[in-house]
Amino acid sequence: MNTFELLGQGLLTALQWSNLLYALIGVTLGTAVGVLPGIGPALTVALLLPVTYRLDPAGSLIMFAGIYYGGMYGGSTTSILLNTPGESASIVTALEGNKMARQGRGGPALATSAIGSFIAGLVATLGLAFIAPWVVQFALSFGPSEYFALMLLAFMTVSAAFGDSTLRGLTALFIGLALGLIGIDQLTGQTRLAMGTPNLFDGISVTTLAVALFAIGETIAVVASKTAMDEKIEAVKGSVWMTKQDWARSWKSWVRGTAIGFPIGAMPAGGADVASFLSYSAERQFSKHPEEFGHGAIEGVAGPEAANNASAAGTLVPLLTLGLPTTATAAIMLAGFQQFGLQPGPLLFVSNATLVWGLIASLLVANFMLLVLNLPLIGLWVRLLTIPRPWLYAGILTFATLGTIGASASTFMIGPLPTSFELGLLLLFGLLGYLLRRFGYPIAPVVVGLILGPMAERSLRQALQISQGDPTVLVHSWISIVLILLAVAAVFVPMILRARGKGQMLSAMAGDED
Amino acid sequence: MSVLDDNPTRERRPDWAAFAIAIVLGIASAAIAWSTYNAGGIATTQPVGPKTVPYIVAACLFGLAIWTAVEALRGDFPEREEQQTAPIIWVVGGLIVQMLTIKTIGFSLATALMFTATAYAFNERRVWLTLPFGLVFCFLVWLAFARGLQLSLPAGPLERLF
Repeated sequence: MNTFELLGQGLLTALQWSNLLYALIGVTLGTAVGVLPGIGPALTVALLLPVTYRLDPAGSLIMFAGIYYGGMYGGSTTSILLNTPGESASIVTALEGNKMARQGRGGPALATSAIGSFIAGLVATLGLAFIAPWVVQFALSFGPSEYFALMLLAFMTVSAAFGDSTLRGLTALFIGLALGLIGIDQLTGQTRLAMGTPNLFDGISVTTLAVALFAIGETIAVVASKTAMDEKIEAVKGSVWMTKQDWARSWKSWVRGTAIGFPIGAMPAGGADVASFLSYSAERQFSKHPEEFGHGAIEGVAGPEAANNASAAGTLVPLLTLGLPTTATAAIMLAGFQQFGLQPGPLLFVSNATLVWGLIASLLVANFMLLVLNLPLIGLWVRLLTIPRPWLYAGILTFATLGTIGASASTFMIGPLPTSFELGLLLLFGLLGYLLRRFGYPIAPVVVGLILGPMAERSLRQALQISQGDPTVLVHSWISIVLILLAVAAVFVPMILRARGKGQMLSAMAGDED
Repeated sequence: MSVLDDNPTRERRPDWAAFAIAIVLGIASAAIAWSTYNAGGIATTQPVGPKTVPYIVAACLFGLAIWTAVEALRGDFPEREEQQTAPIIWVVGGLIVQMLTIKTIGFSLATALMFTATAYAFNERRVWLTLPFGLVFCFLVWLAFARGLQLSLPAGPLERLF
């Protein structure tokens, strides 16, 4: 069957009422968390894992993907109107977008980012549909040693390649890897690092770690900061519609943003934040109005916003075809697949073709929903920004603790007093999240390490089992060799760049979250 | 917990807080190695057993600890903003109270206390407003998720009334 037929069948799945509802819930939630400062798609998907445990797998995954896409749309609203990015992929949008809003051109800025996001999402999702079968064919030949090399590459690009310090990225990764070791070993049943606590035998839950690092850590960081408390919302004045000139200046940027964002997401080369940053610098070079940059150039909004959506779609290529997450959100979505007993990878396209193609087709549907949600209904989302901080963060922590208890209801006795073990872990990791932020450590590598670590270990041990302990099996095929060389380059090239004082660009691309 | 900024000038001095991170990483690395070494061995014929990767992770963490110590002594860590400690204590205290009480007094009451403490930390001092609102809000959340979505959330005296 060719891609068109598969995609057509997927559309039939996607257009079922229940799946449309899941997609709608997903994009609405996603836009909301994108708009709200302090929470992003990674946290939201993590919170929903325990809630969706008993729901339909296909529907839940459609919802997760909707949240991911919606987060990319919603983040721009906060960047433009508040000058505080709603999530990390919208940091550069704030540069030009907020300037536009201050000149009373907030409407066109929001419009160009919504339409750009739509076009990028559409093209990139189609790209995903057409590239995925090729990657799957290629990946069917992969053995455990190729997978191990691939995961090694993902570890290094997520932790060491971007950000302002190789040391802190790698440290964050190894904290995640160490946490991933806790619990009963999958292959032998040996208990590791559980300190004799039965509550730890099942390992650290993804939900608890992600919620703690993102929600609790962020809340403490905001409340402790003396400067983060005063912000001003720019009202949307004047026409929401773009003028003819706005269109003329935007469309090339949309195309360029898509062309930059999709490959960056698809290759394990960093997340949406990297893509949006590269797109911004490309727009500044290509623009016919370079003097406007820094004072509200519409290209500087259109390009990065297209790029971050295209990259979100691109991220799904390695996630679905190889089971390889390259961002925190993708890592948590992987945990979502696993919760339903599904393992993303080439085999999923064979064994669960309906689900995979239904998911891909749903993304097209979700993209249309998002355009409607974000153009005519933009005023509604702006209202979300007026929720006072104390109530907003108290509410975020309520849902954070709710999801954590939902993930595991285990009790821990302190003397005669029954307490919630999972909430204790939440607090502990929350403080860890705060300290990581305070000392400039990235958060995403910790989450990726926790989820991908045990998978990489399994591949490594399987590979060595097959070769009867001969480590050269890891470099036996040219695919492995190339992947390992790329992983090594991902660590050393940025280190050399930083040492030569060319690190500013890399540090500007530092991703916090998604 | 929060370390005050002792680096107002761009002068590079040893960063003792960062040095403490290096020590913690070193301890963590030793703890992983020690715990792995002492874990009872399961007889295995595989060349790479369940202990190999923990040793690798411990070794890498040790290397990172030394690297961190070097960067800390050279003052290579980014400058840190001054922090307020009181609000942190309110947020953390609220979470501790919730953790300790949730199994006894139920989700709604325990979470309402945490809700109020968090709002207080963010300068919403009208406790007579936040506490009742938090209680109603948490109870509605409990109804929706425990009853509606079958999530297992601890029930207390309040929840048992319904």
